[in-house]
Amino acid sequence: MPTHLDNEDVLVAEARAGNADSFATLINQYDRHIYRLALNITGNPEDAEDVLQDSFLKAYSNLGQFQGDSRFYTWLVRIAVNEALMKLRKRRGASWVSLDEAGEGDDRSLMPREVEDWTENPERSYAKTELRNILNQAIEKLEPQFRTVFVLRDVEDFTTDETARMLGLSVPAVKSRLLRARLKLRELLNKYFRRGPR
Amino acid sequence: MRCRTVKCREVISELSEYLDGELDATLAEELTRHLEHCEGCGIVVDTTRKTIEMYCNMEPAPLPEDVKERLQRALEQKLKR
Repeated sequence: MPTHLDNEDVLVAEARAGNADSFATLINQYDRHIYRLALNITGNPEDAEDVLQDSFLKAYSNLGQFQGDSRFYTWLVRIAVNEALMKLRKRRGASWVSLDEAGEGDDRSLMPREVEDWTENPERSYAKTELRNILNQAIEKLEPQFRTVFVLRDVEDFTTDETARMLGLSVPAVKSRLLRARLKLRELLNKYFRRGPR
Repeated sequence: MRCRTVKCREVISELSEYLDGELDATLAEELTRHLEHCEGCGIVVDTTRKTIEMYCNMEPAPLPEDVKERLQRALEQKLKR
């Protein structure tokens, strides 16, 4: 989750009163976070760019509805998640499995197949950009219902309750999908971080 | 995994809450005891923790320049209206 601007309340109030510079400051603070979120959920750069633009335009139009009872970023993420899910549904068309209907699979499928120890500091095994690519590519391989929960919970650091509210899911459903996502990612990343020759 | 018993299965199903520190204290202690003697589960717990930490620590890439320009243009148009 990005750093909270100290003067965020002031900026939001000014933007609401029509100050374009204040809104631009808010955008500059959060644009790359919203783009990453959109890219992680949609898995498509064109859709992610649409989501980015539509989210900020919608946020500007609806600033009057922002009550200030949550962080501005949380409010923005809610808008972006809705936009991203709409894109995902549109692109997947008939093959779309809705977030709340998706099968969870049974517990036996959770048992890890690859159990190998990793290096002590896996983050240091690759240059920053390469590491980011590895992590993003792994997320793309998850099914949407799992990656959406993982992105909100572990990348964006929202709580389980907040994630459940944003996605219209129950808390147990979020927990179940988060576990599956984490285990799947661990398995996908194993080849990059295990000890010994890669 | 070496010891695929009911206990190992339980470790996996409770893994998220264990790592998030949200597990009931008694159950968490039982899992910790299990991890002391089950190498396989220990590795799964440790590598899952590292997975979460890497994602949590990952800074987003800067917005691509062309994407930023188009965003600015779209907002300028909106603000003009």
